[in-house]
Amino acid sequence: MAIKVEERSLTLFEKLYIGEVVRGLAVTFRHFAVNLTLHILHVFGLAKDRRAAETYQYPEERRPLAPRLRSLHRLTRRPDGSPRCVACMMCETVCPARCIYIVAGEHPNPQIEKYPVRFDIDLGLCVFCGYCVEACPEDAIRMDTHILEFAAYSREEMVLDLKNLLSRSPIPPLHPEVAPVYQLVRLESPKQEGNSRTP
Amino acid sequence: MDSISYAVDLAKVVYLFTFIMGLASILTWMEAKQSAVMQDRIGRNRADIFGVRALGLVHLIADAVKMLIKEDFIPAYAHRFLHRIAPSIAFFFALMAFSAIPFGGTYRFGGYEVTLQVFSFDAALLFVFAMMSLGIYGFVLGGWASANNYSLLGGLRASSQMISYEITLGATVIGALMIYGTLDLQQMIVAQGELFWGWIPQWGVFLQPVGCLLFMTAALVETKRVPFDIPEGESEIIGYFLEYSGMRFGLFFLTDFVETVLAACMTTILFFGGWQVPYLGATGFAFPGGSVWELSTVTVMILQLAAFAVKVFLLCFFFLLVRWTLPRFRWDQLMRLGWTLLLPLSIANILVTGLVLLWLQG
Repeated sequence: MAIKVEERSLTLFEKLYIGEVVRGLAVTFRHFAVNLTLHILHVFGLAKDRRAAETYQYPEERRPLAPRLRSLHRLTRRPDGSPRCVACMMCETVCPARCIYIVAGEHPNPQIEKYPVRFDIDLGLCVFCGYCVEACPEDAIRMDTHILEFAAYSREEMVLDLKNLLSRSPIPPLHPEVAPVYQLVRLESPKQEGNSRTP
Repeated sequence: MDSISYAVDLAKVVYLFTFIMGLASILTWMEAKQSAVMQDRIGRNRADIFGVRALGLVHLIADAVKMLIKEDFIPAYAHRFLHRIAPSIAFFFALMAFSAIPFGGTYRFGGYEVTLQVFSFDAALLFVFAMMSLGIYGFVLGGWASANNYSLLGGLRASSQMISYEITLGATVIGALMIYGTLDLQQMIVAQGELFWGWIPQWGVFLQPVGCLLFMTAALVETKRVPFDIPEGESEIIGYFLEYSGMRFGLFFLTDFVETVLAACMTTILFFGGWQVPYLGATGFAFPGGSVWELSTVTVMILQLAAFAVKVFLLCFFFLLVRWTLPRFRWDQLMRLGWTLLLPLSIANILVTGLVLLWLQG
């Protein structure tokens, strides 16, 4: 439904224009005076808690990012350093941009069944929707690196391979208390692998 | 004319030229930085020489180098000679106007009398206005010679805007003329050295407040900068220098800043006492209380030179403040403002000034 906007007629003061000009100049001059004073104080190391400008001086100073921000992908690892991914193809299936390409292989450990021989993400196609993270039953893919700079000179360089994706994940320590549970769940009920989330 | 006179004249020209070009260059930096600080930004600060950024001042050099080494493009059907010479015409006349600007008073050193004005004569005001009018040719020719309809329209807008407001500019000055009774800018400034009731300096702004406001508005229009930048409209409506690139564009760009300095100089001279420092006479300060502070002629000269420079600088700051505060006028609004508001007001100002002068004379 169209919203009817009531047009306000200008008061005499506003019609005279000069008064409004002075008011506008006062606003901009106040900003100038306050900001310049802060800039000068900052030179002497004072009033650092008040920003003199909204600008983030980008390469040196970065904006604080929200913790939930979807940024460059990474594949998480098992305590032995291998990918947590079990090549279930959930992310590849859910991906609306079809930027994930997985080749599954048979894992030597029968408890794990499959592992990714190849895991490629084409950043040139990715729309950063985060569905792959939602779909993953193994918490194997995450978008929490807060890395936002991944420009490349060619399309080939935009494709991340398994090694690249793993390189951003630390190897989790084999925690003495959690590790046996991890083993236990794995051995007892392979179908409930989704619950066996180790730190 | 002996060799000392030549040396003095040369020194005056060098000082004035350094002052204008220095201030015009600093203004390009000030425009970037002042607008940034006004808008809670930082402004350009990335160019550096061996890591020295100098608050973005290095960008002045970067800009100059960029403009000098860029391709100087001339459109195929342009009038080659006029297209080449148009920026120089605009720049030349903007600079010529300064030759009649008094940037200091008259000082006596031994047997020599030095007047700090390059071209000192009794019709200096008319000369400045004449040069400002001739400068229009540069913009109109630039628009016409580019063989581009958008440029031509920009040039037409420039000519109609500047000619319309020159009438207001001239009419507002008549009030000041009637009070000072002279066309000599130097004499006008000398007249502004007197005091009201012994303590308020008799500056034009107190004698002609309406005239001062109208003159500053019209002078802002003459500089063709933002509230009135219809001839240029860099990003949206396309102005007369559309077909200019490299240093020829740079010259048009610099002309705007030189004209801003000129407008600030003229406002200072006519309404803010020129080089006058309140209570400072030829031999030193004479304060209203009766106390006197003797100063040498050289000190007085330096103080008055500095006073002129500071006043011009502050007015330039004010013009930039206006430029970054007000949105652009529409074409019809500009014409209506000029012909139906400023011109009648300036004529009324002449009438009121005349009546008050008659009443004062009894």
